[in-house]
Amino acid sequence: MLRFITYRLLQGIIVLIALYTITFFLIKAMPGDPFTGEKNIAEETKQLMREKYGLNESVFHQYFLYLKNVFTEGSLGISTSKAHSVNEMIGQSFPVSCILGLTALSFAIGLGVPIGVASAVRKNSWIDYSGMALAMVGICVPAFTVGPLLQIMLSMKIPLFNVAGWETPRDVILPAITLGLVTTAYIARLTRSGMLEILSQDYIRTAHAKGLPVSRVVCKHALRGGLLPAVAYIGPAFAALISGSFIVETIFQVPGMGQHFVNATKARDPFLLQGVVLFFGLLIVIMNLAADILTGFLNPRVRLDQE
Amino acid sequence: MDMVFPSIQEILEVPRIRKILRDPLRGVLTAIACLSLWSCEATSSVEVASRDGILIMGNSSEPKGLDPHVVSGVLENNIIRSLFEGLVIEHHSKNGEYLPGVAEKVERDENSTVWTFHLRKEARWSDGHPLTSEDFMFSFERILTPSLASDYSFMLYYIKGAEDFHKGKTTDFSEVGVSAPDPHTLVVKLLGPLPFLPEITKHYTWFPVPKHIVLKHGKIGEPFTDWTKPENLVCNGSFKLKSWQINDHIEVERNPEYWDARNVGINGIRFLPINNSYTETRMFASNQLHITYRVPPEMIAYSGEHYPKNLRTEPWIGTYFIRCNVDAKAFTDKRVRKAFSMTIDQKSIIDNVTLGKQLPATGLVPAFGEYPASTPVSFDPETAKKLLAEAGYPNGEGLPDIEFLTTDQDSAKALAEALQAMWLEHLGVTVKIRQLEWTTYLDTMFKQEYDLAAGGWIGDYLDPLTFLDMWIEGGGNNRTGWSNEQFEALLDKVQQTGDQATRYRLLKEAEELFLEERPVLPIYWYTRNYLISEDVRGWNPLILDNHPYKFLKLKAAD
Repeated sequence: MLRFITYRLLQGIIVLIALYTITFFLIKAMPGDPFTGEKNIAEETKQLMREKYGLNESVFHQYFLYLKNVFTEGSLGISTSKAHSVNEMIGQSFPVSCILGLTALSFAIGLGVPIGVASAVRKNSWIDYSGMALAMVGICVPAFTVGPLLQIMLSMKIPLFNVAGWETPRDVILPAITLGLVTTAYIARLTRSGMLEILSQDYIRTAHAKGLPVSRVVCKHALRGGLLPAVAYIGPAFAALISGSFIVETIFQVPGMGQHFVNATKARDPFLLQGVVLFFGLLIVIMNLAADILTGFLNPRVRLDQE
Repeated sequence: MDMVFPSIQEILEVPRIRKILRDPLRGVLTAIACLSLWSCEATSSVEVASRDGILIMGNSSEPKGLDPHVVSGVLENNIIRSLFEGLVIEHHSKNGEYLPGVAEKVERDENSTVWTFHLRKEARWSDGHPLTSEDFMFSFERILTPSLASDYSFMLYYIKGAEDFHKGKTTDFSEVGVSAPDPHTLVVKLLGPLPFLPEITKHYTWFPVPKHIVLKHGKIGEPFTDWTKPENLVCNGSFKLKSWQINDHIEVERNPEYWDARNVGINGIRFLPINNSYTETRMFASNQLHITYRVPPEMIAYSGEHYPKNLRTEPWIGTYFIRCNVDAKAFTDKRVRKAFSMTIDQKSIIDNVTLGKQLPATGLVPAFGEYPASTPVSFDPETAKKLLAEAGYPNGEGLPDIEFLTTDQDSAKALAEALQAMWLEHLGVTVKIRQLEWTTYLDTMFKQEYDLAAGGWIGDYLDPLTFLDMWIEGGGNNRTGWSNEQFEALLDKVQQTGDQATRYRLLKEAEELFLEERPVLPIYWYTRNYLISEDVRGWNPLILDNHPYKFLKLKAAD
């Protein structure tokens, strides 16, 4: 087990270094610089700004200087576009994205699994057709359509929620639905196909033959196996959900992480962009590792040491 | 392993849930009842805020910072104006007039070159520390210190010696024309007569910053130190910083140390960085905001229909125009530039594309106060064709390929396509549109790698000079390659006279000359379209849009 963890950690470090290197050089390749503003500023002024942020040094020096700061001080730098430290910006926005992502995931599981199960159990009935049609809509209709529609229907026509903002706990609901809709749809479809496969197995027929009620057969015998494809999907889906979404965040005025990626790129803010990319790289590496370890514990057939 | 899933079954066995599941109708009715209870207890954010005296404003985006000497945008200005106060403040209803701020009395010599500001003795910082002329001296020195890298320090270049100090020609600040004979007197010596100096001191670059706090957190010329952090920020305006959540809100509250605190009409302001203007309009519609930052063009008509009492359309001191690169082969000849200008049907663009009741720009400087608008820019395709033929390109034949540089926004694209069609129809010229992402667009424009480029300018203060002095040779925002000695001689003359009528006459002459040369093609004068709640009292149209917040009042509608 220890060998496996060490091995995966080393892999993770290589991934992070590659990620940092690619991001770093892509930023350098973008036209314009962090100090290109609407009102032109004097070249001497720009030079002073570059000196302040250490951007006047050679590219290699900058490359290692940032890494050094990350490792020795844990500092991801100061944003050139917003005058906050990147650590502070991530510190404020990550919890928001986490709450939103978790709510969206709960919504997706809570709605997707029952739809999938119901569709599988009542295969080729109206329940199945409408469930799958709904899932198709969920996959096809983009967030920038769903979001405003929800705002118009559930905030303006029927005033149940605030249109946007992040003040009361209730404000999480509309963005979470918008964000989780695609995941819901995938989970519903994966659950349906997983369940269909299991329901056609012999042991299910045996269970029916024993005279067990349908609910017991479905919930106790079929569900555990039928959910496996959906469970495998939930891991990466969770990472995608908590990394924030620029679209959902701007539609619902949510102060999450997603907009940093877009805004930092637009503003050519090197430290913010590197910071959020590295942070998420790290998060994904850790979560993948955790998922692997968890699978190892849950499923004895997976032998981690034999890789 | 059994412990993972039976819970679903257990849930199903809870009698009440089972009942609901068996009787779906009852379930639905219960859900509706719950939801309606939920919506009934809700009081809108605006109702609560109006009752508490808190103004909620849409403010478009997260500010770059709150240091008046470092930032330079409209949205930053909106927040800074609540926190800091300059020597004088904007009049709440009259354009171009001022009311006393930190200075209770302003005196000038007979040709408006030496100004004396008498600071009020009761002026204090929000931490109770007295505010003296020493703070102003420090602030002027700070913004002019090269290492602070302020992009707006040129606003102080009217002061004698300020430019030299900022450009490092001298490091001795005593050579700059400001002095503090005593703690409550500030004397400013200018390069030449400037009758509207108070107008300029309303700008945040002239605001004081607390010397004792700034120096505690860093050196005088050090930008982005911690002094503007919520826990450290000390200010002198009618409000002080209460909380700051990145991308969520900035809230300011009453500053009890403010000299006129008794007369401040509201208890605080909440600034929301709402990027998405559609969301913003919807938030207004569901009573989450008192004032929006803007209304998107497509929603102006809708808003006018549904919120006629709330929609405001007001002139804003700014001009939208197209820069011509006069070094590009096609546009070296002013006849070609004029031909392109005369084939822009401004009215059609306003009615069909921008939709915000903007005004056709017949000149460069928008009309305001005593300064009459220029009129040479007009829609005249016949003359345009002749001019183009005279320049050697009959029906556009022989013209090199022309590219129109603009940004990647949808609105920019619509405008570019409208212009493209107009030029094709009237001149027979096919212009290619080149859309670039914002920073790349700026970079390309600054490097002058374009033929025609969309652009605009919002005035910094109420004088035609703010629209004209940017077109001097090598001016940071010129970027057209155009320059003219006669034009610059006229501007020099303007700097030497203190008589407003003479100034305006000279400025008008300079503007006419500029329009005759037409290095930019004016399209429209800006308007501001926004929604405002009826609860807000005392918000009057102001052409610079610098509303002083202390005069506002909130009254919940009955």
